[in-house]
Amino acid sequence: MSVAAATLDHHGDPSTATGIPNKKLLLWAFLASDCMFFGTLISTHLVYRLHPPPGNPVPTQIFNIELTSFSTFILLMSSLMMALAVNAIQRGKVRSMRSSLLVTISFGLIFLGCQVFEFNDFVFEKHVTITNSIFGSTFFTLTGTHGTHVAIGVLWLTLMYIRSFKPAAAVGGGWVGRAVLHLLVFAVAVLLAIYAVLGFAHAALATGINGTMLAAYGRSYGIAVAGTLLGMGGLRWFGREHGPVDFDAGNANDVESMGLYWHFVDIVWIVIFTAVYLLEYVYPAGPVR
Amino acid sequence: MAEALVKSDFVGGHPADAKPFLLFRRPTARTGLVAWLTTVDHKKIGMMYGLFALSFFLLGGIEALVIRTQLIVPNNHLVSAHFYSELFTMHGTTMIFLAVMPLNSAFFNLLVPLQIGARDVAFPRLNAFSLWTFVAGAVILNVGWFIKAGAPAAGWFGYAPLTSTTFTPDISADLWTVGLEVLGLSSIVASLNFITTIINLRAPGMSMMRLPVFSWMALITSFLLIMALPSIAIALMEVIFDRHFGTNFFEVSNGGQPILWQHLFWIFGHPEVYILILPAMGYISEILPTFSRKPLFGYPIVVFSGAMIGFIGFGVWSHHMFTTGMGTVASAAFALATMAIAVPTGVKIFNWIGTLWGGHLRLRTPMMFALGFLWLFMMGGFSGIMHSAAPADLQQHNSYFVVAHFHYVLIGGSTFGLFAAMHYWFPKFFGRLVDEFWGKVSFWTIFVGFNATFFPMHFLGLNGMPRRTWTYDSNMGWSGANFFATMGAYLLGLGILIYVLTLIWSFFKGRVAGPDPWDARTLEWSIPSPPPDYNFLAIPTVHARDAWWYEKHHAEETAREQTAHVAEEAAQGGIHMPDQSWYPIVSAGALLVAGLFFAVSNYPAAISAVGVMVAAVYLWSLEGPGGYHVHPEAAAGSPGSHANSPT
Repeated sequence: MSVAAATLDHHGDPSTATGIPNKKLLLWAFLASDCMFFGTLISTHLVYRLHPPPGNPVPTQIFNIELTSFSTFILLMSSLMMALAVNAIQRGKVRSMRSSLLVTISFGLIFLGCQVFEFNDFVFEKHVTITNSIFGSTFFTLTGTHGTHVAIGVLWLTLMYIRSFKPAAAVGGGWVGRAVLHLLVFAVAVLLAIYAVLGFAHAALATGINGTMLAAYGRSYGIAVAGTLLGMGGLRWFGREHGPVDFDAGNANDVESMGLYWHFVDIVWIVIFTAVYLLEYVYPAGPVR
Repeated sequence: MAEALVKSDFVGGHPADAKPFLLFRRPTARTGLVAWLTTVDHKKIGMMYGLFALSFFLLGGIEALVIRTQLIVPNNHLVSAHFYSELFTMHGTTMIFLAVMPLNSAFFNLLVPLQIGARDVAFPRLNAFSLWTFVAGAVILNVGWFIKAGAPAAGWFGYAPLTSTTFTPDISADLWTVGLEVLGLSSIVASLNFITTIINLRAPGMSMMRLPVFSWMALITSFLLIMALPSIAIALMEVIFDRHFGTNFFEVSNGGQPILWQHLFWIFGHPEVYILILPAMGYISEILPTFSRKPLFGYPIVVFSGAMIGFIGFGVWSHHMFTTGMGTVASAAFALATMAIAVPTGVKIFNWIGTLWGGHLRLRTPMMFALGFLWLFMMGGFSGIMHSAAPADLQQHNSYFVVAHFHYVLIGGSTFGLFAAMHYWFPKFFGRLVDEFWGKVSFWTIFVGFNATFFPMHFLGLNGMPRRTWTYDSNMGWSGANFFATMGAYLLGLGILIYVLTLIWSFFKGRVAGPDPWDARTLEWSIPSPPPDYNFLAIPTVHARDAWWYEKHHAEETAREQTAHVAEEAAQGGIHMPDQSWYPIVSAGALLVAGLFFAVSNYPAAISAVGVMVAAVYLWSLEGPGGYHVHPEAAAGSPGSHANSPT
């Protein structure tokens, strides 16, 4: 990923027999394989929804379809931001790519936060767990696997974001220590933010937003909110300009491969949203008629 | 061409200048233990795959001999019923996942880069990771022999609910599921690597329709692996969740359906059959032409038949389940698809016969094994066709007839192909020929022993002897055939012992082989035996399907091209080689620890080990591909003096 690589045409790789970069080809093959992973999980869910045992939950009674529609929309928009990030780095615009990556990461995190809320709601409010019904087993395994994919994607995006700060004149492993600290601050800020936001959502749902509630929220979550803000400040500090970086159009292939993965995970969610959620409203689960 | 020689992510520098990088300094040892543990060289990785796989092949063979000894006479009590279950479970699992599959991986590694004219695979460190992950999975599977719980005992296809905590409360089923998951990861990663390698790293002029048939079969097998393994990986995950986290996937009392396991298992399991046989078809397609002194008959048809087999292979899984009562339509559909898959297989057999027809046959040992493959695989195919008729299969299901059938395809087919391949390519990688006399002795002993073992099983099966039976009564009429089969198994064991001892002897004392002892056709024979680290002094330019044959008969043109290539590459800085790395073996080691802790339900320790693995993978990516340059052309004196010439 040096200066020489930067002059390469980012759409092709002349060193391979097909002109497709090796990493991209490997990723396409992996996605084909991943299709089969999700295919098996979705099939399991669809087979079992046709054979509900007595006492199986009725999906439409437990889904929060508005929330899931919202998080679906957010995830789709994250694909748009991902595409913008790839476009930016292909034109060599690192700062622009970083902004797009940050928005992509945030959208991915909003999706994950919604999923945490949903799982929490199913388990503690609606008493559907992974063990107490076949619906719970297939639903949590399938959507949990997808959530894990999103989480890995967020981690990948974050690592790429941090990688884009590697100084052009990096000597030895010094910058790696800085990068690890950057990642730690990122992780702490993200976890605290999700904790604080979910706490607010639960408090607001329980009592509505009013003065007492806000005061109680401040007492319980004040430290988390402060930590989040501090973490954001830390990220701003790590993200300040440092002079030339070792990250340019020559890295477009890496960002694009990451984008392929991200888009794939989004597309899988469209299938899951349709087959697991929407299908229940048009064609309720039950034995084959 | 100039660009084709430049690696896009090439990083210069020599290992001597390598800076200490975080935990591990980049290893530079060229010999000794560290060199093997950190190697990224596809040839060394292939040899280690081969060594591990052969060891497990012998272990699986010993398990088989104990099984046969238990069945030698009626009402035998040599081993307990439970130990017998462990034996047949581990025999099947070992032979499929730890012997035949990794032996094929060994040949993918050894041959594919050489056949396509490349210096290594596309991702050398990932390749090392696949190897060590395979070792990790093998250890997890076999660790049960040494603990109180015992080895896995639910059969190689582990039908639900046998693997549930009700029927297998001990951790043997956990070792089995976790071990197979780890092996699956190894295979998927290796296959992604080989798909990229075969599609992207072909030498100039090596179009897809000039690819040696073995490389084609490696490509198709890799696609089958990445598409079939996810099905069993998820099914195993469902079993793991059932056992560890109390889900209900196969828990009948809560709405689970064990039949789902059979479907998911066989959606993997049937393509797996072709994963085991397609590489063998590749070896045969290389060996028969060489020893018939003719090009392969109908090359495109052989290639397309292989692809067709791979494709239809995904649509026949339920023929393993005719007795489950799927209904007439499903049974008929799967029976028809199963019959259809015999067509491309038969086409291949006819093409091989066409290759032999009118050829100038040289009956060297690899050719003997290849001809043995043709006969025995055909026999297995015939009994396979008998199974495809659902009504007939209802009678044969779960009987020794099935055992006879799949041993004819897996030993007579896959293993004979591997025996032929090991004999044929041994001189290329060890520089010595395998002894011909003892090779032929081993062939005839194996051939006779194999048929004596498995042919009687057809009749045992038709006479009603169920498979996986621990013992039987003397009035069943099975005693004679069982005694005969056991004697045959001893002969087969002796033959394999002779085969392996001959290989070991030849490794030390065999006649020194030149680069091209068989007067062959493909590019691996154009370079010295054993091949240098960088494989090709000059990346070859391919002009014909049998590339090396063409080079042999166009010496001047070849020499001219190679001189030009060497000069061009020298101008680019020399031959680029990837650096060795500690991270593949470290991350695979962490995965092993994680797997073992997970199997014993120590989740905090397992998660910590996964954390170590993730960290190792991250450092691996930060470490970068690295690389250094070698200048063999300078050492050789005149650049262009053709190191590839036959002696």
